[in-house]
Amino acid sequence: MLTKRIIPCLDIKDGRTVKGINFEQIRDAGDPIELGAFYAAQGADELVFLDITATIEKRKTLSELVNKIAHRINIPFTVGGGIKTEEDVSVLLQNGADKISVNTAAFNDSSIIKRFAKNFGSQCVVLAIDAKCEQDNNWYVYLNGGRTKTDKLVTEWAKEAVDLGVGEILLTSMNHDGTKQGFALDITAQLAENLPVPIIASGGGGNEQHFYDVFTKGKADAALAASIFHYKEVAIPELKQYLHKQGIAIRL
Amino acid sequence: MNIVIIQYNAGNIQSVLYALERLGETATVTDNVEAIRAADKVIFPGVGEASTAMAYLQERGLDKVIKDLKQPVLGICLGMQLMCAYSEENDTTCLGIFEEQVKLFKPNEATIKVPQIGWNTITQLKTDLFKGVAENRFTYFVHGYYAALGAHTIATTNYIQDYSSALHRDNFYGVQFHPEKSAKVGEQIIQNFINL
Repeated sequence: MLTKRIIPCLDIKDGRTVKGINFEQIRDAGDPIELGAFYAAQGADELVFLDITATIEKRKTLSELVNKIAHRINIPFTVGGGIKTEEDVSVLLQNGADKISVNTAAFNDSSIIKRFAKNFGSQCVVLAIDAKCEQDNNWYVYLNGGRTKTDKLVTEWAKEAVDLGVGEILLTSMNHDGTKQGFALDITAQLAENLPVPIIASGGGGNEQHFYDVFTKGKADAALAASIFHYKEVAIPELKQYLHKQGIAIRL
Repeated sequence: MNIVIIQYNAGNIQSVLYALERLGETATVTDNVEAIRAADKVIFPGVGEASTAMAYLQERGLDKVIKDLKQPVLGICLGMQLMCAYSEENDTTCLGIFEEQVKLFKPNEATIKVPQIGWNTITQLKTDLFKGVAENRFTYFVHGYYAALGAHTIATTNYIQDYSSALHRDNFYGVQFHPEKSAKVGEQIIQNFINL
């Protein structure tokens, strides 16, 4: 039986993991390779590395980093952040990334989804959507790391992107991100029930019950979190045991 | 050991190469016919689309080369599907090493996603490729088409229906999942292939 996936996310800046990390077992907690390997050994089903480096010069170190990660890690991983061209994708895949994620660049020029899907296959194109529920009770797409609002509804953009060829959607609720009060179940379920591609839910996971809820009520195929794993507030082996006992299909 | 990974227009070759390196092996990535024929072990990887990949192999004569290999050959994902007789993906005649047919997953309910992406179990394991691998362990899959069950099935997985997650005939092995991305279970399977 196909399992639900648990995905830790590592934010990378200038080759180092950012956001606080609290691991005693790891020699260098700022080293994304060490941390990624640690999560893989703990039973993470996939990893996402999100590069938030600002300058283009420093971004070139990303492909070297991806190469080192690929040497160490025996589970699939996605790399995202500032990917705009076929050349960007090609370099990352050649260095061992399994999938790439696109966000703002794909919204500004949706033809890149079509081109990426044709040249590299839909299975390696993940669309990241930063979503915010406004006062009118509709979910809107935000760009540039959540700084720029658009008038586009999340449901519309997700449908368009699937038609253009994205293979998975990583949906982050800005309303829930960082709150640890649970995932956005309504919009996650709305996408999961209406789109033929897997939905990765992100933002708000704070305890084991929240993951159970996003897989059952939210119908998510995978759930992503960062700081709760980094700070050991939720440990992946215990989380997976809990979900398994609750009857969720999970890889132990 | 001289391991060759066949280079063609369907990627994920680096991941396979790095997985071998983690097991202490080196491999050559090449489309050179003599190098492929001279290898102790041949890996035929692949992520991509069947008709484009077959056309590429035929243009270079690699289709005949692969069929005539006598050493252990391991097809991965699209590589395994191309070793079958026929794929529904753009109506493609494949290499015909295995008689099994490759078909498109047809969801029986709206909530089932195609392609299948993620971890699923492998059961009814046969041959030394799965030596030391317990039943119902998880491996990582990414595919929209599947090989039907048949005489050459050596592992079975269920997604919508039971299908062949591995095939074997003579010196030819194929796995639908990605052993290079399947954590310790995958490493065991690659090690077993090296040991064949």
